[in-house]
Amino acid sequence: MFDIVAFIPRAVVQGIPLMFGCVGETITEKSGNLNLGTPGIMYVGGICGVIGAFFYEHNATKMVAALAILIPILCCLAGSLLMGLIYCFLTVTLRANQNVTGLAMTTFGVGIGNFFGGSLIKLSGADVPSIALSRTHGFISATLPFAKNWGWVGKIFFSYGFLAYMAIVLAIVLAVLISKSKMGLNLRAVGESPATADAAGINVTKYKYFATCIGAMIAGLGGLYYVMDFASGVWSNDAFGDRGWLAIALVIFTIWRPGHSIWASILFGGLCILHMFIPTGTNLAVKELYKGIPYVVTIIVLIFTSLRNRREDQPPASLGLSYFREDR
Amino acid sequence: MASENIKTPVLELRGITKRFGDVVANENVSLSVYKGEILALLGENGSGKTTLMNMISGIYYPDEGEILVNGNPVSIRSPKEAFDLKIGMIHQHFKLVDVLTATENIILGLDEGKLNIKKAAEKIRNICDLYGFEVDPDQKIYNMSVSQKQTVEIVKVLYRGADILILDEPTAVLTPQETEKLFAVLRNMKKDGKTVIIITHKMQEVLSISDRVAILRKGQYICDKITAQANVQELTDAMVGHSVVLNIARPEPKDPKKKLEISNLTVRSSDGVVRLCDVSFDAYSGEILGIAGIAGSGQKELLEAIAGLQHVENGNIFYIDDEGNKEQLIGKDPLKIAEMGVSLSFVPEDRLGMGLVGNMDLADNMMLRSFRKGKGVFTDRKTPHELAEHVVEELEVNTPSVSTPVRKLSGGNVQKVLVGREIASSPTVLLTAYVVRGLDINSSYTIYDLINKQKERGVAVVYVGEDLDVLLELCDRIMVLCGGRVSGIVDGRTATKNEIGLMMTRIGGSGRDE
Repeated sequence: MFDIVAFIPRAVVQGIPLMFGCVGETITEKSGNLNLGTPGIMYVGGICGVIGAFFYEHNATKMVAALAILIPILCCLAGSLLMGLIYCFLTVTLRANQNVTGLAMTTFGVGIGNFFGGSLIKLSGADVPSIALSRTHGFISATLPFAKNWGWVGKIFFSYGFLAYMAIVLAIVLAVLISKSKMGLNLRAVGESPATADAAGINVTKYKYFATCIGAMIAGLGGLYYVMDFASGVWSNDAFGDRGWLAIALVIFTIWRPGHSIWASILFGGLCILHMFIPTGTNLAVKELYKGIPYVVTIIVLIFTSLRNRREDQPPASLGLSYFREDR
Repeated sequence: MASENIKTPVLELRGITKRFGDVVANENVSLSVYKGEILALLGENGSGKTTLMNMISGIYYPDEGEILVNGNPVSIRSPKEAFDLKIGMIHQHFKLVDVLTATENIILGLDEGKLNIKKAAEKIRNICDLYGFEVDPDQKIYNMSVSQKQTVEIVKVLYRGADILILDEPTAVLTPQETEKLFAVLRNMKKDGKTVIIITHKMQEVLSISDRVAILRKGQYICDKITAQANVQELTDAMVGHSVVLNIARPEPKDPKKKLEISNLTVRSSDGVVRLCDVSFDAYSGEILGIAGIAGSGQKELLEAIAGLQHVENGNIFYIDDEGNKEQLIGKDPLKIAEMGVSLSFVPEDRLGMGLVGNMDLADNMMLRSFRKGKGVFTDRKTPHELAEHVVEELEVNTPSVSTPVRKLSGGNVQKVLVGREIASSPTVLLTAYVVRGLDINSSYTIYDLINKQKERGVAVVYVGEDLDVLLELCDRIMVLCGGRVSGIVDGRTATKNEIGLMMTRIGGSGRDE
């Protein structure tokens, strides 16, 4: 039988890293920056959190909950912010090609993650190729104490660490900000037509920097959530996989609306683990095929979005283009 | 000099110079504008009118010189700073976000506390009532006509409290009726004490709307004149720098032979709307066939159908070669048409979209038409290069070199490059759509001249135009389209503007139901 009560929480925890990535990338793209460096940024976010937590765990005699939570988060934010700043400096200030810069950032970010991951593994002298930060995991993934007593309601709605709720809150807050606030209106204008925004007195460079850096920090949290909560505080090189690319595909799937990323990420999370819940017998090949479902869905969605003609559902009109006021 | 009876100008430019790389766009320009006047800024394409105005509105920053507002030196580093000085510019290419509503576009970037669309819409309605605009605040920009978009642009500037309004070629995209409406609004603004600077090169408009004309030539300030004391010839000569003959020649067609025979042509757009319905006409060699009609009456579809770019639902397009053989053009793409030996040239409405590649230089754009001629693997770069140099020289294209990307040229020069290339392929049929749109008087007359030369060579010219005066002076016959149907074909030598105007709005014009 298909166990829905067991399935949903696992889909959610699979979906949360995607949600962070998708929301971060959406707000970045709203400013007209197609940041293909997001997968790399998520790696960097993850490893920076790991580095912070690693040194705190190894140096503190008695761990304080607040610090155990704050140190990895601040490290993660600082690392992803730096990646966002590099991307902005290259594409906005120096007006480098966004696609090339983004792809380079991803390669760079994955490399950084694996390099420092490998170094830490050496430092810790572990005999397995991974670092386990189980105490930090304990603090970050702590759930509400009463969740256990609430049966299936507790399991489906309250069994997650606070970062999961933070992702949902961020998605909602950003959705409201983008559609309802003056800042959101300005941001949309920058992504649609920077020349128009500029002529209207909006500081295009500032908006692009802010949106991209905030987006990078949000995406970085996805990497952190993956290691500290989903993977029980265990970092091993390349474990994060291609979740970053799925997050970028999700941005298209959600037609640039952060609100939609909540259900869409959980749906994708579900698709990723569907193979564990559908009896496939002993045939491993079938299982592997099921693992491909999210990618097939992404391709189908890409086809459908390209067929769609509504103007409101199109990507920001100047996505991927750099802006220079005196360009003629 | 400061005496009591001389007013301080609201805006004064002193020795403004602006360069883009090697190109000097403005050189030592000094100009004063006074409160409550409408100043026309006149100049040829590439004479630096727009660049000069962009420096006042904060898009560009001058390399040298100073700007004074109400007598105080100011530094305008961004459009926002221009707004703070109550200066607003309506650009030729509208600066609007398509997916937003009129209201959202108007309040974009403003600092007036919390976002309140309702209150903003209310204020917009008040501005509209005051000056006589018609705007639906909740309409999305992509649903609007060109004239509506322009209205939004003007309201946007007024909403920000601008006292000095700069309009960059506002009438280039408007119908005569819309232009009249715009001018009425501008006069209302003048009455309200606003100062208006209007960039244009249409003489009739300069004379009808402005109080004073300032003339720029090749980036330099030439002179200013009180409009009431100026005449067309004098202004044109000052603008061009030498005397220009303002007459279009119309030689009698020599030995006209039927080149195109079009019958019962019906074209439907991709969303199922009938664009052309049962259109039949012939085009003859050595003749210019004008096509008149309100914008969007099927002109674009007609030319594209002939050029092989538009799917045709029904009808025939026959090309008749010199021996009198008929060839069907329908169902063939431009390549196939060219392979059949039909020499067809098309100057499309959308120059940089369909005609030329903006990022490629002049020589490479010339090659777009000739690259198939080469024999080996490598393209012949020499011939296109020579052709580009020839076009630049012959048509007086203002460009630093033939290796400059086309997008860096001004509109008129882009058009000259395109027309030059199309004519160089010595066509037998030349299709042109709004070929002088956005061009100044001198360039326009150069183009008319080129078209006439083609006509004398025996080319069948199809000329889609919007200026009825020009159509009546240039064309041998004029076909009037109305809503995709042929409203009538008249003789260009005897028809009147009024007659054609009526046919544009009603099938057959007045003659039919009287």
